[in-house]
Amino acid sequence: MAKEMIDEKEKKPEEMQLDDAARVKVLSPGMMVAKRFFRNRLAILGMVIIICMFLFSFLGGAVVPYSESEVFYTSESMLKDYAGATAIDQYQFVVKPGETLPKDIYSKTMIAASTKKYEFTSRDGTDYRLDPVGDEVYVLYARVKTGPKPIDVEDQEIAVGSLKSFTRAASEQDLSYEFCKGALMALSAGQESYTAEDGVYTLEAAGTHGALVKDADGADIAFVSDMNINAVNAGTYLSPDLKLLLIEMIEQEQDSLTVTEDDGTETTFLLQNKNGQYLVRRNQETRVIDSYSAPSKEHIFGTDGNGMDLLARLMYGGRISLLIGFVVIAIEVVIGTIVGGIAGFFGGRVDNLLMRLVDVVYCIPSLPLFLILGSIMDYYQLPAKIRIYALCVVLAVIGWVGIARIVRGQILSLREQEFMIAAEACGLSVHRRIFKHLVPNVIPQLIVFASMGLGDVILTEATLSFLGMGIKYPAASWGSIINAVNDVNVMTNYLFVWVPAGMLILLTVLAFNFIGDGLRDAFDPKMKR
Amino acid sequence: MKKFILKRLLISVVLLFFVSLIIYTIMRCMPTSYVENQARALATRPGSKSYQEWVSQLNAQYGLDVGVLKGYFRWLSGAIRLDFGDSWYWNQPILDKFKDVIWYSFFLSLAAFILEMVIAIPLGIAAARKQYSMTDYAVTVFALIGISLPSFFFATILKYVFSIKLGWFDISGTVSRMHQSMTDTQKLLDIAKHMILPVITLTVVSIGGMMRYVRANMLEVLNSDYIRTARAKGLSENRVINHHAFRNTLIPIVTLLGGSLPGLFGGAMITEQLFQIPGIGYTSYVSVMQGDIPFVMFYMVFLAVLTLLGNLIADILYAAVDPRVRVN
Repeated sequence: MAKEMIDEKEKKPEEMQLDDAARVKVLSPGMMVAKRFFRNRLAILGMVIIICMFLFSFLGGAVVPYSESEVFYTSESMLKDYAGATAIDQYQFVVKPGETLPKDIYSKTMIAASTKKYEFTSRDGTDYRLDPVGDEVYVLYARVKTGPKPIDVEDQEIAVGSLKSFTRAASEQDLSYEFCKGALMALSAGQESYTAEDGVYTLEAAGTHGALVKDADGADIAFVSDMNINAVNAGTYLSPDLKLLLIEMIEQEQDSLTVTEDDGTETTFLLQNKNGQYLVRRNQETRVIDSYSAPSKEHIFGTDGNGMDLLARLMYGGRISLLIGFVVIAIEVVIGTIVGGIAGFFGGRVDNLLMRLVDVVYCIPSLPLFLILGSIMDYYQLPAKIRIYALCVVLAVIGWVGIARIVRGQILSLREQEFMIAAEACGLSVHRRIFKHLVPNVIPQLIVFASMGLGDVILTEATLSFLGMGIKYPAASWGSIINAVNDVNVMTNYLFVWVPAGMLILLTVLAFNFIGDGLRDAFDPKMKR
Repeated sequence: MKKFILKRLLISVVLLFFVSLIIYTIMRCMPTSYVENQARALATRPGSKSYQEWVSQLNAQYGLDVGVLKGYFRWLSGAIRLDFGDSWYWNQPILDKFKDVIWYSFFLSLAAFILEMVIAIPLGIAAARKQYSMTDYAVTVFALIGISLPSFFFATILKYVFSIKLGWFDISGTVSRMHQSMTDTQKLLDIAKHMILPVITLTVVSIGGMMRYVRANMLEVLNSDYIRTARAKGLSENRVINHHAFRNTLIPIVTLLGGSLPGLFGGAMITEQLFQIPGIGYTSYVSVMQGDIPFVMFYMVFLAVLTLLGNLIADILYAAVDPRVRVN
């Protein structure tokens, strides 16, 4: 008997009773909403997109090795002027240490050389004499008076002049006066070697008119030529070897010359003749901003006009867009719920006054206003960071009226319902009645409106940034990335700059709308047939 | 009814007063770069006054030397007499400039509006008829894409495809290069051709809202008791939809359309700017950028008037079309 009883007891759970709680699966209203929501494929798609966007912007921004405003450079081969060469047509003087040349020596020498009158007086009154020591080589003497008679003059050697220029073999080496004079004289006399000061130097003909001067050991000392070759950039040292090569190139009228340097790098020089003025140019690697570079391994989405990595900018731009969206909606919901709640609950004069305020804000045209506020911010040159927050406040202060109207309408109708009468009869405080009983009933509409509003806010922010009045460089924003299409060249040739940003805006806003749509259907099952 | 309209008009006037006051206050915060630029240009002339003197003279000339409140009432007294002053940047009376440019905007918006109606109403009804069908999903997705498309992005795509790649249309502007040598008909067709891309842009980005509105209202009507009655009577589905449901769904649609009529004059700032169409939106955009305070002030108040007018028309239509709605 007792055993039977136990059996019966064990059996009991199996046979259900009508009022058994386990008989039906109990779903709370919230779970019903969730169930309906997750049945909606578009809403799920929207959720997935939004989650991806969050990962892309917040996680991606942390993962991507570049920052939003890092500028990338690339080296580009550019033809640059390297050196200029001219045939020397003016006498060049090598001055003896301690002596100075008169200022008009060049013109006086020219006249003296062409008229063969070698004695002249410079502008400052000193007499000079040129001594032709060789072909187009002159030694300049100053005639110093030693006595009252015209004969009482003594020649003092000052300088040696020629149509040649010297290049030192080593940049730090100094060439002595004796050395130069000897070289010039030997060159004009056609000698192969000469003695100056402390050593014997040999001349090795180079080009038609030049020579390489070597010391006794065969080491290069200097290079003499009738071409004046100077580097375009001050501070660049042109070695005798290079000058020699350049002169050869000029004499043989070659257009280009390739020089292999000691370290194996090849440089190509290009020659340009401008009426006797020779310009030597070469391809030079120049560091330039890597703008509009096509997508590559390094920059998956390429770079923008400022040479910044587009992928990084898209990620950081996503952060700002999503941040602005959520902050603005949060502020809007707070203001809208308070104003709408008070207006709806108290009704009468308060309602009338608050709703007129809502009407006033609603009437203010938003886009022109945003543009004006943007230009005011431009004027005060707000930093990019502060602009973001200012933009949030501005968008929210204009946008809350929609929420206030919804909340008020809902509360107006809820206020008349039985449960509110019951709440009042129970003696609940006004505060409790509004926030515990009325507001929770408005939340479904709020959520739907907020998720759709998020898309709107992001769209507005993108539009403003596109017009250059929203987020400013160097902060990134999807809208300001597309701004580049104002340049038709970018629009035509660099699709990778503006298409991804536009697609991201579209996808994000679309996803928020999908979610809002799904939520509305889920909250409002009456619409389902 | 008369009393209702009168009351609403009075409220609108009061609202307009406050709206314009707020707008005026904000406008006065605007950097008066136009005045400063002008003063700088004038000061560089030979034998001219100094920059500071010019600035103060121009400020006095443009009424910027008085306080905000006093300046506002000065503006208001002119505005009541429909004298909005002269535009700084366009260098002519504001109403003249307005008359020059408004028709571009109006016809652009009107074309988009008609296209919108023609497409949105049938599609919305078709979607509601077969809720949760493929048609419904397609319409919903299409509508939501339209809502979500940034107009500047869509316009850029259109320009890229049709102007640059296919070369069918000019990239911007309202006339082509040979416009002067055309006959009148050709001129008209030429302008119309230039309006195609802007109209498409406007239509696509604004069609979504209307489509969803039509669909939602049609669904509501289809769920009502008299439709069930009509079906119970054994009427054919076509008769139910076309005679019983469609007529009833027209009530909110007519209200919406009536309410959006004034908006046709408001111009489309972004689209006009992108396609360089010299309508009111583009003109105002340039004015904002140039700091032309009188013109922007006029435009903002004009838009506020349009909004109020739209609401008023919608309310009156709602009462007029639907006999169940009693005014009071």
